Amino acid sequence: MIPNSLPILTILVFLPLACCLLLLPAWKRPRLAFSLALASMLLELALTVGLFASWKGLAAVQTALPGFLLLEDRSWIEAFGIRYTLGLDGISLLMVMLTAFSFCVAILVSWRAIKERAVLFLVLLLAMETGIMGVFLSLDLALFYLFWEVMLIPMFFLIGVWGHGRRIYSTIKFFLFTLFGSLLMLLAIIALHLFHAQQTGVVTFALHALLKTTLAPHTQLWLYAAFFLAFAIKFPLFPVHTWLPDAHTDAPTAGSVILAGLLLKTGSYGLIRFGYPLFPQAAHILTPLFYTLALIGIIYASLVAFAQEDMKRLIAYSSIGHMGFVAIGIAAWQPVALSGSIIQMANHGVTTGALFCLVGMLDERAHTREIAAFGGLWGKTPLWSFFFLFFSLASVGLPGLNNFVGEFLILAGTMKSSPLVAALAFGGIVLTLIYMVRLVQEVCFQEERQPLELTDLVPRELCLLALVALLNLWMGVHPAPLLDLIRTPVRLLIGGGP
Amino acid sequence: MFDNVWLIPLFPLLGFLINGLLGKKIKNETVIGGIGAFAVLCSFAVSCMTILKLLSLPGEERLANVKVFTWMTCGNFNADIAFLIDPLSCVMIMIVTGVGFLIHIYSIGYMHGEEGFYRFFAYLNLFMFSMLLLVLGNNLLLMFVGWEGVGLCSYLLIGYYFHKKSAGDAGKKAFVMNRVGDFGFLLGAFTLYWFMGHNFNVWTIQFTELGKNAHLLPTGGVVTVITLCFFLGATGKSAQIPLYTWLPDAMEGPTPVSALIHAATMVTAGVYMIGRMNFLFIRSPETLMVIAVIGACTALFAATIGTAQNDIKRVLAYSTVSQLGYMFLAMGSGAFAAGIFHLMTHAFFKACLFLGSGAVIHSMHHALHHVHSHDDAQDMRNMGGLKSKMPLTFLTFLLATIAIAGIPGFSGFFSKDEILWQAFANPHHGQLNYLLWGMGAVAAGLTAFYMFRLVFMTFFGECRITPKAKDHLHESPMVIVIPLIVLAGLSVVGGYIGIPKLLGDLFGGIPNYFEHYLEPVFRLSEEYMAEHAAHGVAHHSVALEWGLMGTSVVIALIGIGIAFALYVVNTSIPAKFTATFPALHRAVYNKWYIDELYDYVFVNPCKALGRFLWKGFDVVVVDGVVNGVAKVVMSFGGIIRYMQSGFVYDYSWSMAFGVVVILGYYLFK
Repeated sequence: MIPNSLPILTILVFLPLACCLLLLPAWKRPRLAFSLALASMLLELALTVGLFASWKGLAAVQTALPGFLLLEDRSWIEAFGIRYTLGLDGISLLMVMLTAFSFCVAILVSWRAIKERAVLFLVLLLAMETGIMGVFLSLDLALFYLFWEVMLIPMFFLIGVWGHGRRIYSTIKFFLFTLFGSLLMLLAIIALHLFHAQQTGVVTFALHALLKTTLAPHTQLWLYAAFFLAFAIKFPLFPVHTWLPDAHTDAPTAGSVILAGLLLKTGSYGLIRFGYPLFPQAAHILTPLFYTLALIGIIYASLVAFAQEDMKRLIAYSSIGHMGFVAIGIAAWQPVALSGSIIQMANHGVTTGALFCLVGMLDERAHTREIAAFGGLWGKTPLWSFFFLFFSLASVGLPGLNNFVGEFLILAGTMKSSPLVAALAFGGIVLTLIYMVRLVQEVCFQEERQPLELTDLVPRELCLLALVALLNLWMGVHPAPLLDLIRTPVRLLIGGGP
Repeated sequence: MFDNVWLIPLFPLLGFLINGLLGKKIKNETVIGGIGAFAVLCSFAVSCMTILKLLSLPGEERLANVKVFTWMTCGNFNADIAFLIDPLSCVMIMIVTGVGFLIHIYSIGYMHGEEGFYRFFAYLNLFMFSMLLLVLGNNLLLMFVGWEGVGLCSYLLIGYYFHKKSAGDAGKKAFVMNRVGDFGFLLGAFTLYWFMGHNFNVWTIQFTELGKNAHLLPTGGVVTVITLCFFLGATGKSAQIPLYTWLPDAMEGPTPVSALIHAATMVTAGVYMIGRMNFLFIRSPETLMVIAVIGACTALFAATIGTAQNDIKRVLAYSTVSQLGYMFLAMGSGAFAAGIFHLMTHAFFKACLFLGSGAVIHSMHHALHHVHSHDDAQDMRNMGGLKSKMPLTFLTFLLATIAIAGIPGFSGFFSKDEILWQAFANPHHGQLNYLLWGMGAVAAGLTAFYMFRLVFMTFFGECRITPKAKDHLHESPMVIVIPLIVLAGLSVVGGYIGIPKLLGDLFGGIPNYFEHYLEPVFRLSEEYMAEHAAHGVAHHSVALEWGLMGTSVVIALIGIGIAFALYVVNTSIPAKFTATFPALHRAVYNKWYIDELYDYVFVNPCKALGRFLWKGFDVVVVDGVVNGVAKVVMSFGGIIRYMQSGFVYDYSWSMAFGVVVILGYYLFK
């Protein structure tokens, strides 16, 4: 389907950035710029879907690394052994699809909402897409770190310039938190690099070389701790989660979609791709801590979500809870649970992204997100309410919709390695329902509490949400193709049997 | 053989999609209602063919797993979309589609002119779809899909009048309490899956596979934990102590919903689930005892509350809770067939009662509406004397009432008597049996009392609404009355397929067809129980059985007699009684204050904790510490100056620059 001679991964990563240049002549014509940017994002999406459609064919051809469908490896900064290595396996393909998809959602939801400095907004969005694609595809730690930082800066501006409320406070908080984590990670990467060079004399940042480094137990623990902290902040795990509710609440809708859909996933992805494979013993030692933080996160976030008054903040807290499930699945480090976590990363991106879109649409119309301002929307804006109910139900893990599959697999797998944790995590399922049903009840049902002039969804919004809903349903009813996709990489990561 | 069984849930799903997506455009009520009802009729037809096919097979072969497609498979975990056909699931699909179809027909008349007519039928069909998945699913996961699906539909339909806050709250309560139960269900399912796999290398969630390997399981211990988890799920769905309080509130929904979901089908899912996993439950005598005790307690407790309610639907709601208690009493006594039998007869007479009450409310509502009265159309104190105004409704209602009261010859008698006898004679609970029987018998008396109280207050005596409004009372249209007649007929004759052996012998050895029919499902369990019975199989004399049967009938008659005395002969006594024992009446009338207790113990602390964690902990402690650390760090670096100058751009660029510098430093050092 896609010719093998093309450097597809490079195209995937840099196509959005190239599109930025295209936008420069259209600086004064925001509508044109929107169309161009959307076209490039759709092209990107088509590319990833094409890859997905042909992954079985690609898997038949052996690459230099087992499990990888595509690999691009060029020398870059040779003095430090930094190479430009991009690799695509089932897990990164899923993430890359999610990325391309989320950006399409983000731009469509901003279509009318972003009026000021629209082209700058698009440029940042596209730059961020490049950064995130790079994170999901890099197999060289230095390159990974570069992309890791690249994706932050556009988000910083996105919240700071187009946000609401205390946007400056929120964006600086977001930036400091993530920066703090990533600097520690950088130190750990360099240390690992140096240890490896010491042992073998080979100067490299390549993941697959570094995997073979032998480390003293306490060294491994320290290095892992640095990685873990960086990823935990992104995740976010309790107690380093407090940047998230602020950032989400004050971000523009597109920012929230990207934050929930992708930035949080870079944390879990990093842990799966780098953290666990590089430091298996340390990860094993810290598993109880990981479990504990994830469990606290689930219960804590659910209780706090229950008390929220702002819709967006409530959904932000629900994200913390959902990511807690992903964390548990990773901590179990067991095939079924890990598959569940990976699927759940995609599921959460789709569902929570859609919820943020819905709240954004409502905010555009009513200019408030206060739960107490609404009520009886089912009568006024039935389409909006239907989709809100739909995605809320997906979020609480209703069987047949996507989140259920992920949560179910996570718990089924965790049950095998640590039944107690799984049993406690079940409690989170009940709590999730309580706060989501409360939200739906207060917003969609009852009598209206403030007279608001609201219009229902316009065709663009309707199409967008309908497509996301269908995708959601497909992932819930027929997740088998996705599970097939990640089967081999998961097996290779964990090593050994089914 | 059963290749087309997937059609059974498919038709309602199609009906849901058509009405859900296009209903708003169709507008025509007859078409919308027709689509909804026709979809269920098609399912009913396929169900009939399925059960006929099943009956044509010899007893041992009445079992089939029909796979449709693989849902998810991951490692050694595998879940299919597949259906299980056996006598138990067949009897359930017959009840669900049969009673469901009648209620769909009824709804066309009852919901006439309601805003969102299409929405109602879409939800109703979605419910049918979920319920059929629940009963047909051949594995725990698919059953859980239906289990949650019916909970969702119940939530949506209770909150159908979404402008009413009380309706929304009731829906929310139902959903959340069900979720608590679901937590138990899932936990039980996972533990079972893990335990079987871990110890015996049987990684499966399929019922037939689990059943085949059940002999590996120990008695008690882990099995008790698993079965108690499942039973928690059942208490949520089937409204048993301690999770019953949502069901009376659920009466906020339209009456056909109460009949279909909250009487005939969904609430019996817990009973069905225990029946489906009988091989598991018999391996834990402790759990069986818990089930029997909870069932008996619920039967009695709910019946006491039923005696003092004035809202016609609430009386029926508590009656449903109480009757479900009987079913659990049967299950806990190991009399699975008796429990399922009562499930079926109850579906007939309770659906008839609810639909009848709906007809009364409908008529009352119109009459009161005509005279612009704001009196409560559901309050029995406003009714009275309706039998001359609505003769057909009265007649059908009366027949169903006689059936539920347990008068010999009517369906409720056969099933309830079988349960009481099994509760007395089962070999599991020793001396406790006498108590269980006693509670059941007293509850039967109370049932007869409150049901006839309802009939007398509603249909007899003087009409208590204004004479003007009275003239507007009238019998319902045929579309409403015909389902009532069919259901009343079934309430009368439905019991004759399960005549107890005692009576069957009397009339020349008529066998208990129903028990015989279900035998393939429960035979292994019954054999197991006979072997492992804790107290040995006691042999009771025929005379004793006759005596007990007579006693329960006499108790029922006494209940009817008291109701007659208090609500027909001397109607001033209830008021006097209330005046004499005000505290008792208040307690019963207010449902023993259980709702208030739950609010006080669970709901309010949870709310307070949430607020505290957010305002007091998240913002102050966690955020404060982290921000404090950041501030200290920043003030050392002098960065704070930038932050306070407000130049975000400068600041952020300097941060980005810093990253590059640090990166560069390490790279080029």
